[in-house]
Amino acid sequence: MHIDSVEQARNAGEQLHHFHGGLHLRHNKKISCETPLAQVPLPPLLFVPLLQQYGGEAEATVETGQKVLKGNEIGCFTHLGGGCVHAPTSGTVTAVIHRAISHPSGADGCCIVIEPDGLDRWEELEPIPNWPDADPALLREKIRNSGIVGLGGAVFPTAFKTDDAARQGIHTLILNGAECEPYISCDEMLMREQADSIVLGARVLLRATGATRTIIAIEDQMGAVNQALKQAVKSAGDDRIEIIKVTTIYPEGGEKQLIQVLTGLEVPSGGWPVDLGLLCQNVATATAVARAVVEGKPLLERIVTVTGNGIRKPRNLVARIGTPISDLVEQCGGYANDVARLVLGGPMMGYALNSDANPVIKATNGILALTARDIRPLQAEMPCIRCGECARVCPAVLLPQQLNWLIRNEQWDDAAEHGLADCIECGCCDFVCPSHIPLVSWFRFGKSELHALAIERKQAETAKRRYEAREARLLRIQHERRQQLEEKKQALRGASGKRKKLAEAISRARQDRKQ
Amino acid sequence: MSRQFDTGAAPHFPPQSTVAGVMQQVLYALIPGIVAYAWFFGPGILVQILLAVIFALLFESLILKIRKQALKPFLGDWSAVVTAVLFALCLPPLAPWWITLLGMLFAIVVAKHLYGGLGHNLFNPAMVGYVVVLISFPQLMTLWIPPASIAPHVLGVGDVFSAIFTGKLPPGLTWDTVSEATPLDVIRTSLASGQMVSEARQSPIFGSFGGLGWEWIANLFALGGFWLLWRRVISWQVPVMMIGSVVFLGLVAYLIDPGSNPVPLQHVFSGALVLGAFFIATDPVSGCTSSRGRLIFGVGVGIITLSIRRWGGYPDGVAFAVLLMNMAAPLIDRYTRPRIFGH
Repeated sequence: MHIDSVEQARNAGEQLHHFHGGLHLRHNKKISCETPLAQVPLPPLLFVPLLQQYGGEAEATVETGQKVLKGNEIGCFTHLGGGCVHAPTSGTVTAVIHRAISHPSGADGCCIVIEPDGLDRWEELEPIPNWPDADPALLREKIRNSGIVGLGGAVFPTAFKTDDAARQGIHTLILNGAECEPYISCDEMLMREQADSIVLGARVLLRATGATRTIIAIEDQMGAVNQALKQAVKSAGDDRIEIIKVTTIYPEGGEKQLIQVLTGLEVPSGGWPVDLGLLCQNVATATAVARAVVEGKPLLERIVTVTGNGIRKPRNLVARIGTPISDLVEQCGGYANDVARLVLGGPMMGYALNSDANPVIKATNGILALTARDIRPLQAEMPCIRCGECARVCPAVLLPQQLNWLIRNEQWDDAAEHGLADCIECGCCDFVCPSHIPLVSWFRFGKSELHALAIERKQAETAKRRYEAREARLLRIQHERRQQLEEKKQALRGASGKRKKLAEAISRARQDRKQ
Repeated sequence: MSRQFDTGAAPHFPPQSTVAGVMQQVLYALIPGIVAYAWFFGPGILVQILLAVIFALLFESLILKIRKQALKPFLGDWSAVVTAVLFALCLPPLAPWWITLLGMLFAIVVAKHLYGGLGHNLFNPAMVGYVVVLISFPQLMTLWIPPASIAPHVLGVGDVFSAIFTGKLPPGLTWDTVSEATPLDVIRTSLASGQMVSEARQSPIFGSFGGLGWEWIANLFALGGFWLLWRRVISWQVPVMMIGSVVFLGLVAYLIDPGSNPVPLQHVFSGALVLGAFFIATDPVSGCTSSRGRLIFGVGVGIITLSIRRWGGYPDGVAFAVLLMNMAAPLIDRYTRPRIFGH
């Protein structure tokens, strides 16, 4: 079955399929696509968080007062195959502090504060100019050391995925340009303006993973993008790269959904695309790979969409990691008067920030400023009327209303059995709920409870095993002691036997004497 | 320098529909059928609807007060109004006012709020109210009137009010002369007395394919139902399977024994089948939620309705069928869970 799936996945893109549910949302992308990309100037201070990769914080490798060059390693990850964080410019580390870091949890984290010297001097770059013939392992090592993570927002370390792909063997690389979140247009602008770089990245990734073909998936409404990419593929002269247009429906940009559209296959629950012989990467990640391998430059900046009705002049900007969001907003003409909420990411899955002092991080694809009118609910929360709309739109084919009920009643095992862990938190169910139940918030809560419960159960299991081992040991000792006692008694009884014989012998002797 | 913001959970766009919106659309969809009803059978139905709505809102306010719940969101959700209108549509148009009062008491207080209020009721409230009065006062619940076009005596608005509120008819008229059996009743009694369906259909109360008047009311309810389908307020599974199973089984029965079984269309266009298929069995709260579950639910309601009409003690069986399937809905939902992505 597994082999069959891999074989079927080879035909990815030949025929397009559908995923369950989804929503047709207003794109709202045009407003931020009318102005070309521009670089955000160096801020007076850069705040580079160490938590910029899925799974945990990096360890700082610099100290306060240390001078750094652009591209110097300032933090090092130890989980998920490693990786690093780099200095986005040259200057001095003025502090290593705990502060707001744009993390979805809203929690603070460790931040390296760099005061730029204004020279923007690079460290000595080590590109791999002969990459088409280089050892794939060397390319993957370069990807790891360049701090590249999934730039679609999940920040999963790219090297971990490429290593896995090379180890298990894949046939198709999918570059995800289906940017389905409304408002966010950073990938669209990237594909329009830097199509060559994406194609180059695709070719490097093909070499690094051993895949034989690449599909660049874009939305059918991206006309200009299609032109640019076609041109880039043509000038690269690489017939392994194919551009495929997919219907625009949210959340098509989700990895699992995109794979289902292209192959008709479902990534198994708890599994990875590699299980189908596929590797899925965001288009921006591909450009980062190209820059790292061909130019030797680590990931120091990214494209950020600054948009929404709360921004005066929405547009896309290239910003260094660590630039305060307020700098980007300022470059876009500042806030509109009625701005009410600042969201990092898109309206469906982004998270609201409490301050624009938060820095741009590798996960920041967009900054969305919404007005009071955008976010005002039509009514307060009402009881669920079981209309089933949530189940109709759920791309994971869950029953959100049922999960909501189970979580509220703390029926954790039932919730797990109903697939709580398979929820991708896309927000479709929330969006269609006539009762305005914050379903995704409940599911996040439920997931964290399940996680805590799993840890608790593991601890309980360990404690139980320890207790049982102790009981067994005590029982064994008791048994051994009893056995020893028994042996002693036996020995004594043996002795008493001798005494008996002695007594018999004496009485016999006495009788003999009488006779 | 930096600016502070209030936060909130994703998605950051509020939902685009409301419970009140859903209920209002159901009410809009009922309007054509109600207009046709009043056109064929006189203003009695409008008085019943008005009465039922007033009683429903009174009971709803009262029980919300007792349960210490906020009045505004729950009175404003229009769900009690939908219950009231559906209940009124099941009543004979000249039923006395206290029947409506009693029905609404059971629908709103017992079936809805004693089970936990909006979203928590196991049974369809309107049908509970209707079945309670149907079983308690079977005689009164048979006081149907013929369509105005063939009625020997047509009652005016004043007469209707007087009949409903005082039980008095204009001088010279008795309930026997005013009321007349419904088409389903006629078929039933004719069959019981050894007549063929074709003979029963000689009665003037039959139209071209259903009951006279009733068939047009059903058509217009179906029109409203299609609009709800198009607006995605209801899903296709229940109406299609419910009407489909009645047509299919009705056809089988008709083909086997045309003498004692009416043509399937007669089944569809008499009684509450179309109203039930689009407006009652589609009640999301008391029905199934999964699409496969809804298929089964629809078939179940169809089969039970047909069985009651054929073998049961009542001429129509939509209300009982819906309530019986309401009981089965949680179990059906349990066994029709869709396969989760990637499992």
